[in-house]
Amino acid sequence: MSLPPNKIPTGPIDKAWTDRKFSMKLVNPANRRKYTVIVVGSGLAGASAAASLGELGYNVHCFCFQDSPRRAHSIAAQGGINAAKNYQNDGDSVYRLFYDTVKGGDFRAREANVYRLAEVSVNIIDQAVAQGVPFAREYGGLLANRSFGGAQVSRTFYARGQTGQQLLLGAYSALERQIAKGTVKMHPRTEMLDLVVVDGRARGIVVRDLTTGAISSYVADAVCLGTGGYGNAFYLSTNAKGCNVTAAWRASKRGAYFANPCFTQIHPTCIPVAGSYQSKLTLMSESLRNDGRVWVPKDPANCGKHPSEIAEADRDYYLERKYPSFGNLSPRDIASRAAKEACDDGRGVGPMVEGVRRGVYLDFADAIQRIGKAAVAEKYGNLFEMYQRITGEDPYEVPMRMYPAVHYTMGGLWVDYQLQSTIPGLFVIGEANFSDHGANRLGASALMQGLADGYFVLPFTLADYLAGVKPDGMATTHSAFRAVEGEVVAKNDKLLSIRGKRTVDSFHRELGLLMWDKCGMARTEEGLDEALQRIPALREEFWQNVTVSGSGAELNQSLEKAGRVADFLEFGEVMCLDARTRAESCGGHFRTEFQDEGEAKRNDAEYSHVSAWQYTGVGNAPVLHKEALEFNYVHPVTRSYK
Amino acid sequence: MRLTLHIWRQKAPTARGGKGDFEKYEVNDVSEHMSFLEMLDVLNERLETEGKDPIAFEHDCREGICGSCGFVINGSAHGPVPRTTVCQLHMRSFKDGDELVLEPWRARAFPILRDLIVDRSSFDRIIQAGGYVSTNTGSAPEANSVPVTKDSADRAMDAAACIGCGACVAMCPNASASLFTAAKVAHLNLLPQGQPERLIRTEKMVLQMDAEGFGHCTNHGDCSAVCPKGISVINIAQMNREYIEATLFSSPREGDTGDGA
Repeated sequence: MSLPPNKIPTGPIDKAWTDRKFSMKLVNPANRRKYTVIVVGSGLAGASAAASLGELGYNVHCFCFQDSPRRAHSIAAQGGINAAKNYQNDGDSVYRLFYDTVKGGDFRAREANVYRLAEVSVNIIDQAVAQGVPFAREYGGLLANRSFGGAQVSRTFYARGQTGQQLLLGAYSALERQIAKGTVKMHPRTEMLDLVVVDGRARGIVVRDLTTGAISSYVADAVCLGTGGYGNAFYLSTNAKGCNVTAAWRASKRGAYFANPCFTQIHPTCIPVAGSYQSKLTLMSESLRNDGRVWVPKDPANCGKHPSEIAEADRDYYLERKYPSFGNLSPRDIASRAAKEACDDGRGVGPMVEGVRRGVYLDFADAIQRIGKAAVAEKYGNLFEMYQRITGEDPYEVPMRMYPAVHYTMGGLWVDYQLQSTIPGLFVIGEANFSDHGANRLGASALMQGLADGYFVLPFTLADYLAGVKPDGMATTHSAFRAVEGEVVAKNDKLLSIRGKRTVDSFHRELGLLMWDKCGMARTEEGLDEALQRIPALREEFWQNVTVSGSGAELNQSLEKAGRVADFLEFGEVMCLDARTRAESCGGHFRTEFQDEGEAKRNDAEYSHVSAWQYTGVGNAPVLHKEALEFNYVHPVTRSYK
Repeated sequence: MRLTLHIWRQKAPTARGGKGDFEKYEVNDVSEHMSFLEMLDVLNERLETEGKDPIAFEHDCREGICGSCGFVINGSAHGPVPRTTVCQLHMRSFKDGDELVLEPWRARAFPILRDLIVDRSSFDRIIQAGGYVSTNTGSAPEANSVPVTKDSADRAMDAAACIGCGACVAMCPNASASLFTAAKVAHLNLLPQGQPERLIRTEKMVLQMDAEGFGHCTNHGDCSAVCPKGISVINIAQMNREYIEATLFSSPREGDTGDGA
């Protein structure tokens, strides 16, 4: 099947969403309760969608693998959320946020989607404030803003360093209110293990109750995935340990195309790896780059010295030097690569791990001198505490050490403008879809997109779909559900029966290291070819030699992990293939062969498209479908932050 | 360093009659840079290669914000370091030869599911009773149309920092959820947006807390002392005050969801 139409509205972009909202079909309030909608995931996208759909009167079932919807990984976002409010009178507008986001994404996102995102950004702030989200305020009682990477205006709203937590708790409170009212039935500790497609439409899911191990099915008129990103394909990332690609990948195996899987974001400011037992990486908010200055020694000979012994003249503030107009607030992809270059150059700092110093300094000495320690503490106190807890070093005294880490995935299931995947009735929202960030996401835009999709886009586009289908009383006794349940049970039984010699984690670590080496910050054709050889071999070994203890009929964390790693072992191959096929550099996708003195060299003539991959079987080459990108407003130029 | 661990092992949930006991484990080669959970990861990998069941413990973000993790280490929830969840506790806080006892949160309202994992769904039900502002998507006024004094916003944020981990309950001699409940009450009641439902919210959340089987507050303050986010006990005093006001002036109807629906 070729790619369905992307349903992007024609006509002027500033009227597109308004016109579309008017032309879409509605479901009468009295009829809404006759429709059942499944929402998988309870992060910003899932919780906001489930709550909003419940308020509208649909019969909603919401699922999360955590013990409570409040734990979803959106909670860990620190820095902030963008909105084009122009409260600071510094020239911001919907158009400017749109422009910055398209440019920031290195011209690999859809203009119409991004414009809509910028347009509804202002409603998100209104909604969050009304829910009681305690955003930072000025003494006059009005909302405060700060700046974030890739923008020259202050448009980021924040709640100390816990913006994601507060926005998620806002969405969670709205969700809990609907649960109390009975419009939403919440299923915590329940993992989606497959999608059920009947007569070409997504009609339900098969789940495992993570407490009892019971496998069961839920039927619905539409299914919506808000299941987050796939950063844990790299094993080490800033994602929560439970983050996985399982829901999205198993939907992909049922016919949903996967778009731009190689577009992954490496965040420049994470705490460096300390040892081989490391289980995850901790991000330090990009907001730190507002006041922290990034540097490494000019001379590799100085790298082992204490930073206080390195004279000002011997320091290389490389971001300020290379990108004078954006300086320390250069976009994430650029700041990450610059850090890697400095370390590859032998000028990294911190302890040697496997023979290399992988770290750069983020120094607050100037800020402390300029605005005082108390003001720095007011802005970043909790982040400084977190850093000290993990490293044992005091950032008020010694510069922080940072290194890039996998943080976010721009790729995801392909969706049209209506957020519908290639399977009718399967909608995808938030990080799980591919649509708004192109090849690089700007800081403070993930929270914006998750909530935009859930609060202000999906409720309209889902209605348009539901208005065209009739509730038909289908039950989970339908043969399609029985068949998929059987496959799920068989897969789990197989995992439990191998009883090999290697743990699930050891396979995950090996895959992650391979992905980071070959499909991480810098990619080459040769390296990707190697990965494409090694991943199938590793997958084969996994299915021969993994050990999963316990049984399927109990709380079994090994079995949960095994299923997720099995999916990463299939999905990682598609990531590498996508990276191999896209013979250009753009945003977070940096192919070493395509560069201009270290800067990404795009190839608009051949690659100004979305790559959507159709699954054709494990180990079989997926089929590539291309959606051409059109730029009628923001004309592709070489991205310059100099 | 070398450590001796005594860990609570329980295969079946308490609700289904499961019983548990401590088991002893020796761990060697513990690096001081490891987090506590990474130390358990290493132990679990060893158990799995030996064909044994790994120790079940809850965790997710491992950066101290999701609230998934938590167990009691030598009598202290989240271990010995103040304001630190167990996922951010590092082994440099321990020394060679230490003997550590690990057990789950113990409270009637937190039944054990397996090993160190407990069921905290009672917290969600307390929020369902009134831990929200009743505002449907789309109905919000312009964000800056309601100024909020910086002091109120800051104090609301202090309370809203609660991660819902349950350490407060685990440490309270009465297994009271007062600190958790009071933090949410304070967060919303301090803001102008929370005013219309201030009394009914307080009353319903307190009643739900009782209905879940949590104990009462007798001002020990252990909750706040172990809270990884440093939530203040002042919130409990404020909640109690508002609860008295609520019982005098508000009368919820049976089955009322709190927002007139």
